[in-house]
Amino acid sequence: MRETDAASDTTADAGSQRLAWLVATVRDVIDETPRVRSLVLDVPGWRGHLPGQHLAIRLTGEDGYQAQRLYSIASAPEAPALMITVERIEDGEVSPYLAGELRTGDRFELRGPIGGYFVWHAPAGGPLFLIGGGSGIAPLMAMLRHREAVSSIVPARLLYSSRSVEDIIYRAELDRFAAREDGLIVRHTLTRQQPPGWTGGIRRIDRAMLAEAGFPPAERPQVFICGPTSLVESAARHLIDLGHDPAAIKTERFGPTA
Amino acid sequence: MSEPLISRGFFGRKRPAPPANRVPPGQHVVTDFPVLSAGPTPRPSLDTWRFALQHRGSLLGQWSWSEFEALTQTSITVDIHCVTTWSKLDTRWQGVTIDTLLAAVGLSAPPAPFAMLHCDGGYTTNVPVADMLNGKAMVATRFDEAPLDPEHGGPARLLVPHLYFWKSAKWVRRLQFIDQDEPGFWESNGYHMYGDPWREQRYAGD
Repeated sequence: MRETDAASDTTADAGSQRLAWLVATVRDVIDETPRVRSLVLDVPGWRGHLPGQHLAIRLTGEDGYQAQRLYSIASAPEAPALMITVERIEDGEVSPYLAGELRTGDRFELRGPIGGYFVWHAPAGGPLFLIGGGSGIAPLMAMLRHREAVSSIVPARLLYSSRSVEDIIYRAELDRFAAREDGLIVRHTLTRQQPPGWTGGIRRIDRAMLAEAGFPPAERPQVFICGPTSLVESAARHLIDLGHDPAAIKTERFGPTA
Repeated sequence: MSEPLISRGFFGRKRPAPPANRVPPGQHVVTDFPVLSAGPTPRPSLDTWRFALQHRGSLLGQWSWSEFEALTQTSITVDIHCVTTWSKLDTRWQGVTIDTLLAAVGLSAPPAPFAMLHCDGGYTTNVPVADMLNGKAMVATRFDEAPLDPEHGGPARLLVPHLYFWKSAKWVRRLQFIDQDEPGFWESNGYHMYGDPWREQRYAGD
């Protein structure tokens, strides 16, 4: 692991000041898939973030009970509002509220940005190999949205695993990014169900798929993997077996947050 | 601090409340064992594995896997608290306490007040030595009576359960005593230098 880069320096500089709780107001809710909803938030006082960072949300019930959870930021730093993307876990405590009950105009507390390691921004260069599973796409999407916002042409590849075509988050936007032909190639794989005529992958991410969809180790790509632990563990292991430098592989393991 | 904002329509916990005084503020209890690591899981061979105790640049002692296994083993059952807000209660560990390691190299007191833990994969974290003595910390090699899974830090991780769990460094290989406190990996990336869950010291400045 590399301990410092331009991005982490930024965080460290700001680090001595306490991250204050801020009030977020829901500007918009976007149903991404049947189980996943994005929240577009106005957060006065937000001091900006780097693509890949996350934030903490704190909900307080009328009886004073509080719950905190972490969510990756899905929006680019250049976007006018902050976005998080929440997968609803039916027996969870916070996600059914955020991805169900919450409406435009509602308010809750958050603080951030958090994390200075799993980050990429255009000055860090490339090539960039992003590997995501399910809602683990969120921090990778922040990187791709940033890449687009600053008109970066850093060579980039996204390999994204979803259960079915209906479960692909940000599908239209990813299609639009890929159609720009600016050096980004998007590859989908569907692990449970594929529609007729599907030309993408039809199995879980494996070694052959990583070799085909990624960059050769000689090109020294920066690799970011985010998704369920099993996907992250196996993808990281296969990439090392293929000859990639372990220090160039950054991981964020998240199951859906209850 | 001002009153927290009430979240309309949020009623929170649907499950039974955890035992009183077991769960620090902002934490929730889980029954699974989530995995969080910044990079790939290292898989060192036990044949070449070594654990070293160091003071500044000089070696105080070093153990191979079989030598380490021959040291006095201690078992404890403790609650652990991850900064990402999950807590897990009554986790059972076995390993070698830092007290045992110091005694094994013939030291009755630690040579310096701070420590940096060094791990496979390049991870580091800093812990005050006082937080590791008198049974407060160990180098753990077993979880629930089974060898520690690589994903959870096997073959050996630090266990310092009264601090947020990023201090319990996975894949630990070297404990270095140092004279001045220095930030480790997450501490250089915006996380708190000490990390007391009961004072909610999650990030720098908390």
